[in-house]
Amino acid sequence: MSFKYINKKINKIDLQEKVTGKAEYGADLEFENMLYACTVYSEYPHAEIVEINTAEAEAVAGVLAVLTAEDVPGENQLFGHFRVLTGDKVRYPGDGVALVVAENRQAAWEGQQAVSVEYNPLPVVETIDDALAEDAPVIHAEHPDNVALNSRHNLRKGDVKKGMAEADKIIERTYQTQFVEHAYLEPEAVVAVPDYGGERMTVYGSIQNPFYVRDHTAGALGWALNQVTIEQSVIGGTFGGKDEVASRLSARAAVAAQKFNRPVKIVLSREESMLESSKRHPYRFNYKVGLKEDGEIVAMETEVIAQSGGYNKQSQFTNWRCVIHTTGPYALDHIKTSVKGVYTNTIYGGAMRGFSSPQNIFAIESLMDELAEEMDMDPVEFRLKNVLRPGDTTPSSQPLGEEIPAPLAEMIEEVVEKTDFHQKREKYSQQEGEICKGIGLAVSFRGAGLGGEALDATGALLSIQGDGSVNLITGLSENGQGLKTAHAQIAAETLGIDIGRINYPNVNTAIIPDGGPTVASRGAMIGGRAVKMAADKVKKKMLDLAGELLEEKPENLLLENERIFKKDNIEQGISYEKLVQEAKAVGVLLTELAWFNPGPARLNHDNNQGEAFPTYAWAAVVAEVLVDQGTGMVEVEKLTAAHDVGTAINIDAVLGQIYGGIAMGQGMGVLEEVVTEEGKVETLNLDEYLIPTALDVPEMEAIIVETADEYGPYGAKSLGEAACEVHPAAIANAVAQASGRRLRELPCNLERVKLGRMLSRKDGK
Amino acid sequence: MKEIEVNLTINHKKVSRTVPANWRLLDLLREGFSLTGCKEGCGVGECGACTVLLAGEPVNSCLVLVGQAEGKEVLTIEGLTAANKEEELHPLQQAFIEKGAIQCGYCTPGMVLSSLALLRRNAEPGVKEIKEAISGNLCRCTGYKQIVEAVQLAADWLKEDGDYIE
Repeated sequence: MSFKYINKKINKIDLQEKVTGKAEYGADLEFENMLYACTVYSEYPHAEIVEINTAEAEAVAGVLAVLTAEDVPGENQLFGHFRVLTGDKVRYPGDGVALVVAENRQAAWEGQQAVSVEYNPLPVVETIDDALAEDAPVIHAEHPDNVALNSRHNLRKGDVKKGMAEADKIIERTYQTQFVEHAYLEPEAVVAVPDYGGERMTVYGSIQNPFYVRDHTAGALGWALNQVTIEQSVIGGTFGGKDEVASRLSARAAVAAQKFNRPVKIVLSREESMLESSKRHPYRFNYKVGLKEDGEIVAMETEVIAQSGGYNKQSQFTNWRCVIHTTGPYALDHIKTSVKGVYTNTIYGGAMRGFSSPQNIFAIESLMDELAEEMDMDPVEFRLKNVLRPGDTTPSSQPLGEEIPAPLAEMIEEVVEKTDFHQKREKYSQQEGEICKGIGLAVSFRGAGLGGEALDATGALLSIQGDGSVNLITGLSENGQGLKTAHAQIAAETLGIDIGRINYPNVNTAIIPDGGPTVASRGAMIGGRAVKMAADKVKKKMLDLAGELLEEKPENLLLENERIFKKDNIEQGISYEKLVQEAKAVGVLLTELAWFNPGPARLNHDNNQGEAFPTYAWAAVVAEVLVDQGTGMVEVEKLTAAHDVGTAINIDAVLGQIYGGIAMGQGMGVLEEVVTEEGKVETLNLDEYLIPTALDVPEMEAIIVETADEYGPYGAKSLGEAACEVHPAAIANAVAQASGRRLRELPCNLERVKLGRMLSRKDGK
Repeated sequence: MKEIEVNLTINHKKVSRTVPANWRLLDLLREGFSLTGCKEGCGVGECGACTVLLAGEPVNSCLVLVGQAEGKEVLTIEGLTAANKEEELHPLQQAFIEKGAIQCGYCTPGMVLSSLALLRRNAEPGVKEIKEAISGNLCRCTGYKQIVEAVQLAADWLKEDGDYIE
């Protein structure tokens, strides 16, 4: 099938405003009579609050008030036990204790410094092992075992005992990952604006998931959902992060705005952002694997523990994704996986691009290389022996090959050939000296969309105006990934109109129904499907009307290039604009709200057997590195990434996701770690928390693999997270070859590569 | 806070303003003149989102006190758009769009201005020179590849168009 807009390089529709500096981000918004607020953060990771002394702060010129938990008029508990402002005690160093409201930025900041809080420090739970110790301090009274809310998930396939008994060899390994910061370039910003005599509130800002934020903000005010509207500003990156923090900031700003009946703005400094916002969860994987002599894996038993932090909303969901993928894209008859998360008095884990998979893939793909070595096999050969192929079933027992393509074996062969993997691996194995090269492979599969995690329903509203211009809006947000453009391409293709006619405003919760969050790489696949449905419904109305006007059956008409005409006589037709005018004249409404609802997943949540996901996205990555064992320096020289995307809706956007994913994956692999000591966060700005610069990123080669996958619109499926999740594993495998030493923790930074452990700041003191 | 008067040229226009002496050039541009294309990302000169050209050189405007800009010329992203009267966008801006070099867009104004400074002193930069020129501008979305390609494309266009660059 030939397309005008799909599967093409189309310039994104929202770039003019961004390239001219006119795009309005949260911090750019100004309102008359606006107040500024700053949060007073906890000084301890775990402590009872004895007293909050506000007098000195309230005496600062320009400070109007210092609000505390008692000033929250409605519900002071958000999903996951987060508070708008904590009242009884602090549970992590970024806990919000009070809010200083002032006439200007400077006064708010001075007030923040002037609030003094008296604490009664409590014993601190720093690590996973601390949390699970028999006499561990309890962080949330509701969870005396420190196991995070609803975070336990189990997968049982076959009979793991029987499988282990059949094995010739049993191997055990443990892997651990780090806290990773989103490091979106834009720190969080919100403005709450009261309206209608104080009975309504609109909150603008850098908010990834406006409906969550709306619900929490209304809850904090004690209001109905329709009294609060969230209107998204342009978002300067989020990657899963502008979620919990956005809810809290919005609720705080709204509480203050309601109290003073004036707009209230909160803009975080980078330090505040890194302290208060979520991180990628650290995960620990304990694998026990049973293998046959020929390298066939027969059974895998895995215990997985996520570090959830002081509060947690997401472990229950990241852990579910993890339980499905723990054993990787391999054909296994016997699987027993148990996952849970634990509270610690540290920064907390949330959603970050991958949602447990970068951690998971690092673990399983490091394991695969180690197993191959133990079995004296080549890592490619070992994977090809065990990898999921058509005819196999996934860990949740979904059959592959018919509705769900399984192209991974061919993708591995392609990426191995393109990179001269075997020749290089052989050559590098002969190296001597301190500076050595290495090459490593890692592969993955990714359940596309939310699947069994939550209902994957969403809506799209498409409305053709009297002049033929079009408004299109969904409940999903443009975060830079190109969602608006992909949706506009789908609508323009379906309607046969010029893409330039489409206006796509930011999410506004008063206009469009709650279509769930913009997460799980569901924007193109699920959101796009709703857009396609809306466009199809409008198209049907147009064809019906044109059929009447042209005295022809609608099925004998075509709508292309802004014209509706007879298939067998292209001369007889009507222009798009003329038809739109006609529709208006006769009262045919060319507006449709479509709702895509796949229904709950057919999955047994006790053993996680069943249809975990509607389809899967596959990837194979090769990393080439240079390791200086004298210094521990790892230079990532090249990453070659093959991604199955179903259909690439927009080639440039797909490449942008792949390249950006490489940089972010490289960061997790070699550079990035949020360092905490005694619960205190040491890396609070980008001078200490290093993300890759233009000079750091490797040579990048993207291989776009297209498969016939019917689920998404025009065959599109998930990419955003898949593009970033495989690289740390591939890099770690390459580093292991170059250095001859296996690192079972990330990142592969100077200390770990050189010394095999992290240096503590206290070492130098 | 003590206030000082600063006189400078912003986007080809002479202006003066009395502001707190502890204001940064970033504050003057954003709060004093509503030039919000200049972004704050870290406040410590690491991310480059607040990059503007001061006397033709890219600087982190979060590290420049207003007093240090006295008598100097400042170019922000807003000035780049307006300066090029014939077309709506400067070739660099158009190239960023063409190459898909923009995702969230927060780093974009700084990236464009650092790239402009490069092209003014080197009309035919290689990949390494481009990477060096934008190495003080962090981007978390793109992996920089399409940005480098955009700068190369702009350099090609500008070469074809002859000698102008302003």
